[in-house]
Amino acid sequence: MIKLSPKLSQKLSYLILFLATILAVIPVALIVFIIVKNGVSALTWEFLTSMPKDGMRGGGILPAILGTLSIVMSAIFLTLPIGVCAAIYLNEYAKDNLLTRIIKLAIVNLAGVPSVVYGLLGLGIFVMFLKLGVSIIAGALTLSIMELPVVITTARGALNSVPYSFREASLSLGVSRWQTIRYIVLPNALPGILTGAILSIARISGETAPILFTAAAFYIPYLPHSIFDQVMTLPYHLYIISTQIPNMPKNVIFATALVLLMIVLTMSVLAIIARIYFRKYRKW
Amino acid sequence: MSKIEIKNFNLYYTNFHALKNININIAEKKVTAIIGPSGCGKSTLLRSINRINDTIEGVHTSGEINISGENIYDEEIDVGILRRNVGMVFQRPNPFPLSIYENVAFGLKVNRIYSDRNIINETVEKSLKAVLLWDYAKDKLHKSALGLTLEQQQRLCIARVIAVAPNIILLDEPCSSLDPVATQKIEGLMIQLNNKYTIVIVTHNMQQAARISHNTAFMLLGKLIEFDKTEKIFTNPLIKETEDYVSGRFG
Repeated sequence: MIKLSPKLSQKLSYLILFLATILAVIPVALIVFIIVKNGVSALTWEFLTSMPKDGMRGGGILPAILGTLSIVMSAIFLTLPIGVCAAIYLNEYAKDNLLTRIIKLAIVNLAGVPSVVYGLLGLGIFVMFLKLGVSIIAGALTLSIMELPVVITTARGALNSVPYSFREASLSLGVSRWQTIRYIVLPNALPGILTGAILSIARISGETAPILFTAAAFYIPYLPHSIFDQVMTLPYHLYIISTQIPNMPKNVIFATALVLLMIVLTMSVLAIIARIYFRKYRKW
Repeated sequence: MSKIEIKNFNLYYTNFHALKNININIAEKKVTAIIGPSGCGKSTLLRSINRINDTIEGVHTSGEINISGENIYDEEIDVGILRRNVGMVFQRPNPFPLSIYENVAFGLKVNRIYSDRNIINETVEKSLKAVLLWDYAKDKLHKSALGLTLEQQQRLCIARVIAVAPNIILLDEPCSSLDPVATQKIEGLMIQLNNKYTIVIVTHNMQQAARISHNTAFMLLGKLIEFDKTEKIFTNPLIKETEDYVSGRFG
């Protein structure tokens, strides 16, 4: 084996590590470039705000945008309070015993279940057993179950980052455990919890499999009237127009992908802004 | 007259026997220092007096700690009321990330001791005056407490305790993160507070114990070795380990 001089091996390892990092950037840049390049010509105000026409080959994608937003917002509305409560229980109250360990194990495993399995679960429980039908609410419930472990984990991280000395100081003033959580721990953990929630919104906006059987419609050229209606959604719509519709204009497909990408990226940017904003006020 | 009577008190962290049959009577409105090498159980003993050890998993105890004749480990004791009566100041200043005013008012508001704004304002002023922070802070009450120096933060933490009107104040190495000048000031404050409160202080610093305390307890490996007038402990202790420790032969 060749022995490299320390200086040369230093340079070489720097180069390898740097190239590995660049490799992570290239796909992102490529995706954005290709989608923007091919889709931007079809991206008009009308495309965003009108109904599809001509078997989805023309018109806009308004019902899909609103469908995705309504499902995702309902899902986060359901999962956030439950997730935060569970995180508070696990982080602040739970003793380290068998039950707690089973719960933690369940959460870890829940996070590892493939999303299509959640779709089947949603179909079985919400659509069929609870007779909610293929609807916004069934899709939202399915997504909220899928996102629950992530919400719990990020909320626990946020709670954990509040220094223990704050809790001790509060308790030593005769303040109860719950009041300590309510007045000291939660306000200081809130930024982290909110940032996590925004990232969750970004993540589930693009999910296809869980809503495939539970909420998504092939083609509905009008807006939903209630949460019990079926809706078009962006990811599923993208799949359909990419594979199921002959003679689909290419730029419409890419424009749809661009809209989905923009929703997800906007959420991520919002999370970053929120984090910067809150960090300015956090000094410990 | 003794304020705190600790009788046959034992404490275990799961299986570790941290405090071994402690018996000690702490006098009212005096400063009592607890000294001893690291890990001897002095902080654990201090933290048993307001039951803040309860928050640590696996802690269990036997024996009694009586405050004004009442066993605080009795099942009927309201821990909230106990902790308001027995305040605690920690090693590192730990003000909440709130304003100076909100820090001092926190215990009053959350415990709903007072709801009248005027009384709260008065109590905040009185508490800050008691720790000699009022003159500095009176124009900055609504500024963040984290902008204060460490010494001021520690004063604020003492004011926060005083606001809920305790009779006993426990201090767990309150000067260990302060410089010598700040330490001197906090010590001066403790001497001042002493005519109103029973003070128990854990310290690593033997000179500090000698300077400010009336009585001193020396602990070693979870046991109380000797407890007497501070003067006696430092000049003429009865037990050899105490003498070795205070003369700097180990520890």
